[in-house]
Amino acid sequence: MADWISDKGLQTTTGPRGAGRRWGLVVDLDKCTGCGGCVIACHAENNLALAGPIDTDQGRSFDWIRIERYWEGEYPDVKAQFIPVMCQQCEAAPCEPVCPVFATYHTAEGLNAMVYNRCIGTRFCENNDPYNVRYFNWFEPALNWPDPLPNQLNPAVSVRSRGVMEKCTFCVQRIRDHEEQARIEGRVLKDGEFTTACAQSCPAKVLIFGDLDDPASAVSQLVQSDRRFRLFESLGTEPVVYYLKGGQG
Amino acid sequence: MGMIVHPPELYPDEQINQDVLRPVFVTTWRWWILVAISGGGFMAGLATWFYMMATGMWVTGLHRPVMWGLLISNYVFWIGLSNSGTVISAMLRLSKADWRRPITRAAEAMTVFALLIAAQFPLIHLGRTWLFYYILPYVNQRLLWNNFRSPLVWDMMAIMAYLGGSMLYLYLPTLPDFAILRDHADGIKKKMFTLFALGWRGTRGEWTTLNACILSLALLVLPVAVSMHTIVSWDFGMTLVPLWHTSIFGPYFVIGALYSGMALVITIILILRWAFGWQRYITPYHLDKLGKIMLVAGLVWFYLWFNDYVTSWYGKLPEEKIIFDLKNAGTYYWWQITMMLANTMVTLPLLAFKKFRTSPLAMFILTIFINIGMWIERLLIVVPSLVEKGPSFTWTTYHPTWVEWMLTVYPLAGFMVLYLLFIKIAPLISVWEIREDKVAYATKKMGQAELRAVVAE
Repeated sequence: MADWISDKGLQTTTGPRGAGRRWGLVVDLDKCTGCGGCVIACHAENNLALAGPIDTDQGRSFDWIRIERYWEGEYPDVKAQFIPVMCQQCEAAPCEPVCPVFATYHTAEGLNAMVYNRCIGTRFCENNDPYNVRYFNWFEPALNWPDPLPNQLNPAVSVRSRGVMEKCTFCVQRIRDHEEQARIEGRVLKDGEFTTACAQSCPAKVLIFGDLDDPASAVSQLVQSDRRFRLFESLGTEPVVYYLKGGQG
Repeated sequence: MGMIVHPPELYPDEQINQDVLRPVFVTTWRWWILVAISGGGFMAGLATWFYMMATGMWVTGLHRPVMWGLLISNYVFWIGLSNSGTVISAMLRLSKADWRRPITRAAEAMTVFALLIAAQFPLIHLGRTWLFYYILPYVNQRLLWNNFRSPLVWDMMAIMAYLGGSMLYLYLPTLPDFAILRDHADGIKKKMFTLFALGWRGTRGEWTTLNACILSLALLVLPVAVSMHTIVSWDFGMTLVPLWHTSIFGPYFVIGALYSGMALVITIILILRWAFGWQRYITPYHLDKLGKIMLVAGLVWFYLWFNDYVTSWYGKLPEEKIIFDLKNAGTYYWWQITMMLANTMVTLPLLAFKKFRTSPLAMFILTIFINIGMWIERLLIVVPSLVEKGPSFTWTTYHPTWVEWMLTVYPLAGFMVLYLLFIKIAPLISVWEIREDKVAYATKKMGQAELRAVVAE
């Protein structure tokens, strides 16, 4: 097999594969207003197919990141709680071992990767996904962008075809882009040099993206907080998306 | 009781040949009508499948997070049906139960055809059916391999092993009958049966080899059948999905398969008995015996079901309780009640009575109800767990569309087509085994005494 998969040393020196890093995301729920900016940014960045009101109602929309809204308390003392949910990039991802064709697998840098060309659409991964963050292409997505919308597609992201599964990639195209840039300039990647589309567009800076293995990074500092928790932690899926909750106000 | 088990001396060989071989050579208008109806259903189902492939999976009622629905329920149901035929035949052969003779062929054929139907469902429900071969471990330039950790890969291998085994297990015992057909046929049919009979002459050596082959195959195919259905259960058991993730699913699926499959075996032999006037071959005695096996399977099935039920009830794990309540107090309450009535509460007590077990009409109705119950059981395993799993924000309901209902009719119609065609190429009662029985039980005068002519080894 090619060395860039097996040889970690080779990866860090020459390959753009970013081993030695462990990407993570922190979501500060105490700041989230549920504005939905991250959802829009994700749609624009990742060429998510559009779904009309009927298909959205039928659960066939594409929201690699979605704002879940929960009501707390009894009327009239009700309060809306917002929680942005995206692929948790679990370190022990239950969706991976069930795929019969290796269309989804774990990369050296802790990403739960999706190979669209390899996917045959058994949809087993979404069954075994406790977070329901995998999205199946029920339609031919290319037909979903009326003119001139095809012109706004992001050339760095492939447009998926009908019959395959897709999900949040932690904007892997941005990771690769900046790694490449840093390599050309002969320097190491700086923390906060780039971020995911959702984090970039969040007005309240709810989402912070970075390398969990770099002790100096913003995410590493934030996950030390006592406010931290992870979704369905008892399942042992080891997500790398950390939520913060429980501050004043 | 006056039930005749071995009535050999009443039937000369010619009579047996006549009775059993007639359907192969004589085609009635009833056969044509059945072929037209089931063939129509089959073609309509096939057209629906191609329509779904051409337009996309949105034509089904599936949506996030209900990724598997009616199609996978049908898959599990038909795999279950396929389980029993070979199993019952192999068990009876190995235990040298002589009463098996008139029912083995019909049961073995049922396994092969139900499996051929069931094996299509994993393909039907794929998002990109045309790339199904990615799941096979074939050598390719890019060194891409399939994922041997996935239960779906085990599933694919189990289906292939069981299909191969049960096809061989259907073919081998039919070999001497193909030779009989060859000797009775002419024209194109003679050519066909000559090919199928592989030059069978019926020498002593051939018989010895054939019997050894059938018995060893029976021994080999039993564990394959058990593993086959255990692996199907692992498609569910190996996941994190509430109420799927349980260790009882292996034996529970195997026995459920035996239960529903036994019911179908009885339904089929009753239809054959009525259609071809085989009352002399398939007697209430057989129904009684098969009914007892089915009763045991049903009781064990209920025992395992109850184990699973009561442990998830007392466990009260939050995510499991949600699904448990859906089945017992929510959306699927009436489905659950119907299932319980159809395959347990009414059926099992009735099966305990010999009067019911030996009545063809009662057994026909009972077995149909058992399979309706078992179909609902598969639905209740697959669907509720997916409807309300994960974050409550994503919970949903599931309503199958006409496409999925068409693809529920499709396997039934397809199974009927295959079975009807098989009637034309092989006798559904094993001629040589009936004759063997006759010889084995014949008596001979030896002086004053009347002794068995042949002593079983």
